[in-house]
Amino acid sequence: MDNKGQSSDKEKKTKKKTVSLAIWTLLWVLSVALAAFGHELFWGSNNLINTLVILLNFGIGIGMIIANIKHLRELDEMLQKVHLESMGISLGLAVVGGISYSMLDATNVIPFDAEIAGVIVLIGLSYLVSLLINLRRYK
Amino acid sequence: MKNRLKVLRAERDWTQADLAKALDVSRQTVNAIENGKYDPSLPLAFSIARLFDKQIEEIFDDEE
Repeated sequence: MDNKGQSSDKEKKTKKKTVSLAIWTLLWVLSVALAAFGHELFWGSNNLINTLVILLNFGIGIGMIIANIKHLRELDEMLQKVHLESMGISLGLAVVGGISYSMLDATNVIPFDAEIAGVIVLIGLSYLVSLLINLRRYK
Repeated sequence: MKNRLKVLRAERDWTQADLAKALDVSRQTVNAIENGKYDPSLPLAFSIARLFDKQIEEIFDDEE
């Protein structure tokens, strides 16, 4: 067999899509920061700029979702299974945990407001942990 | 599911990366199949059989 030891085309393509997803995610995080703090730091309560920045954030978010789909499609069948299982777990935890968190706030059990950021952190961490556990399972 | 993938690969002196490249999958997937941790889909099993010029049942054994 030729090309001994070289990484497969699949791995090269997957790496390319992973880099693309990382760039889109970074852009999205930066656009969230701009939308959240820009009016406090730069342009004040200018509604036109706020709307444009939020639309930009939304557009970049759509780009990130498309990059995520392309990344998932580029993975081989086992890695797709690993990622989809991890996504299922984090989605389930986000719904169940998010509702519980919201009810803790609604019933005043917690002394602070339930923020969406808490759910985002839960999604991110649960996805990361379940991905690592699933990857280990197939080693 | 048991399989003879590791033996067949070794007979040809291929690395897992070589086999992964030939099958257009990741090296992790080849490793998981060889270790019996992951059962390939039917299309991938056919690709493996075609690559080694064997019948699927000559490579995979469905007995646990």
